[in-house]
Amino acid sequence: MRLSRRAFLGTVALAASSPGALAAADDRRLIVVVLRGGMDGLHAIPPLGDPDYASARGGLALGRDGTTALDATFALHPALAPLTPLWSARELSIVHAVASPYRERSHFDAQDVLETGGVKAHALGDGWLNRALGGRSAMAVSQSPPLLLRGAAKATSWAPSPLPGLPAAQVQALAALYAGDPLLANAFEDGIQMEAFAADALADSPDMAGEARKKANSFPALAAVTGRLMAAADGPKVVVMELGGWDTHTAQANRMAQPLTQLAEGIAALAAALGPAWSKTILIAASEFGRTVAQNGTGGTDHGTAGAMILAGGALAGGKVVTDWPGLDKAALHQGRDLRPTLDDRAVFKGVLKDHLGLSGAILDGTVFPDSAGVRALGGLVRG
Amino acid sequence: MSRENALFALSRFGMGASPGDASSIASDPRGWVLDQLSSAVLPPQLAGLPDGAQSLRRLGQLKQERKDKTDANKGELRQLYLTEAAARTRAGAVSPTPVIERLVRFWSNHFTVSTLRLTVVPIAGAFEREVVRPHVLGRFHDMLRAAIRHPAMLAYLDNTQSIGPHSMAGEKRAKGLNENLARELLELHTLGVDGGYAQADVEAMAAMLTGWTFDPRDGGFRYAPRLHEPGAKTLLGSRFEGGEMEAERALLMLARSPATARFIATKLARHFAADDPPPALVDALSRTFTDTDGDLLAVTKILVTRAETWAQPLAKIRSPDDLVVATMKAMGGDLGADQRLIQSLTLMGQMPWRAPSPAGWPDRGEAWVGPEALMRRLEWAKAVADRMARQAPADLAERIIAAGPATRQAMDSAKGRDALFLLLSSREFQRR
Repeated sequence: MRLSRRAFLGTVALAASSPGALAAADDRRLIVVVLRGGMDGLHAIPPLGDPDYASARGGLALGRDGTTALDATFALHPALAPLTPLWSARELSIVHAVASPYRERSHFDAQDVLETGGVKAHALGDGWLNRALGGRSAMAVSQSPPLLLRGAAKATSWAPSPLPGLPAAQVQALAALYAGDPLLANAFEDGIQMEAFAADALADSPDMAGEARKKANSFPALAAVTGRLMAAADGPKVVVMELGGWDTHTAQANRMAQPLTQLAEGIAALAAALGPAWSKTILIAASEFGRTVAQNGTGGTDHGTAGAMILAGGALAGGKVVTDWPGLDKAALHQGRDLRPTLDDRAVFKGVLKDHLGLSGAILDGTVFPDSAGVRALGGLVRG
Repeated sequence: MSRENALFALSRFGMGASPGDASSIASDPRGWVLDQLSSAVLPPQLAGLPDGAQSLRRLGQLKQERKDKTDANKGELRQLYLTEAAARTRAGAVSPTPVIERLVRFWSNHFTVSTLRLTVVPIAGAFEREVVRPHVLGRFHDMLRAAIRHPAMLAYLDNTQSIGPHSMAGEKRAKGLNENLARELLELHTLGVDGGYAQADVEAMAAMLTGWTFDPRDGGFRYAPRLHEPGAKTLLGSRFEGGEMEAERALLMLARSPATARFIATKLARHFAADDPPPALVDALSRTFTDTDGDLLAVTKILVTRAETWAQPLAKIRSPDDLVVATMKAMGGDLGADQRLIQSLTLMGQMPWRAPSPAGWPDRGEAWVGPEALMRRLEWAKAVADRMARQAPADLAERIIAAGPATRQAMDSAKGRDALFLLLSSREFQRR
């Protein structure tokens, strides 16, 4: 894109007149990573110290080798080793036995609930993160924003494109083409602004940008350029990324190491690329559901209920495993097969939105997560 | 008006307009659509490609030589995939029955198999030829049965590995069920997620499907009694007595459920009318589906003749596949060798037969034209226009889109390849 820099703040300026808008000087950043497919929390963050762990998991049970002990009960899977330095620096927390209000086992409905922030699927048409923006500039690292970020507030999408950019001379003519077609007109305006911003913000890191263009499927490479965009003073403050590969119905011990590695290296890459801005950042990685406690007939796990969330960031009061652990005794399981949820994921999202981004209880309980006053924001996640 | 109707029909029901199409069908656009429903013949571009069983045997050999993984990335399996995907894309552009090509894409997406699973790489094209094409104007139940029995589906959704816990193999090896295929069969292929089934139904369906696998030596479907869960099962209140035929009977019951009729009707209406389809159209399709025992020809005839699907202007966003095929038709030529053609689809987010999940590709506009997605489309259109400049873009526009004033004006003030680029970028060309 050969355009002069048009501050990404342009987007913010348009939205800033909406009620609840925050000053553009707000430098706090939030990243939500949607882990699509249903991450097995018991495999990512194994409760090695639970007396029923080994028998309940059978062939999927991990030994201590290569894991990082978090406390007497929990550990990081060996593939999450790139997160160990963050744990030592108190920039990593785990929330366990957590689930959305959804209690069935469809990926697609579960993702709908995770992203809309409703209590059942298809009840809300926009994403909770969009309703929480309050004028903050937002970007999805994808071709089109996922439901989590879709809604009335402006949110753009961007990813490194291997194609040459558009000639500046034709931007006006293109814009004229879409007058009266809001879907295309808005996408065009946001796309052009974002291309210009990204070209500028990545001008000093051509290697990083080139790497991300070449390796379209590498989460760490994508995370690195994303961190660079977010580090810019006028860069996006709220970002959504997505990572799949978690639907491990078979051969889980082998198959799950790959997305775990991608996730851990990606988070580490974000931390490095954000630089000083990492201290103002919180990342939440969440999945639509956990998986069965016992392995299925094929060395994998089927769709379950509660799982784990991973939180990282310099703004975190980290170094904690937050859980009201229900245990893995057969009698303690949800419907005799899944990890029992003891915490509503909205409590975690609310806790971060309240203490990190400063959203009020009224907005959280009524707008961001409608009719959710009964779900209290989880305190203590964010550094005071 | 007849030119507008012709252009509408070409994009809405077909795969886009070639320069001569609108004038040749202008006298009867509706007849042009209906005439194509008389038979679905295999496009010549797809003749001679290996059948699924043949490719599975080859995959089996490569597996024994431990070459299957590298081969799927760059060897002969990858080459076969590229050949298949490019042939299918070209068939979409040159077929004399583009309505059939659109229907094939719709049903192929409904019964998604994805090359994210290695076994699917060499047989995704065969799946479409063997499962979808023979039944695209036939009975839904026949297509459903062919889809669930095909090795591509059995491998993609793990059924080849699902073992009845009390079967002979299960007792011996302490192996068990895998629910993946059963759940998606109920949720995505038949009843829909609100179709009234519970977890116990998923487990019963999974138990009934145990033993449905394929023989890697001959590459065909095989029922393996050693893997089958014995005993009676209950699905949606109906009792099934065990054995090879119980899953067959379950499929028939699912195909005849009113929930399935409603679910299929909604998806068809969404694809052919609007992202949020008119309820009256859904009702009409659902009724016909039920009344005719899932006769897809009868359902399709309703679909292409109701006023709701002929309501102008074009409301649907073209998927990347639609866009690439429509561009090939408009430009009257190829867009490059196999690899380049598939790369175009990949960088716009729709690598053929590689949907991110068994739900298939999305069918709503906002999922396809986010800011970055639109930038990619335009960057691609620019590259095409630069490579394939035409002498008279205004004349071409007249033949392939019903241009509104904004598009006319923008094109009038540009020349040559710039005007062509604007034509390919226009809202009229981006929608169908």
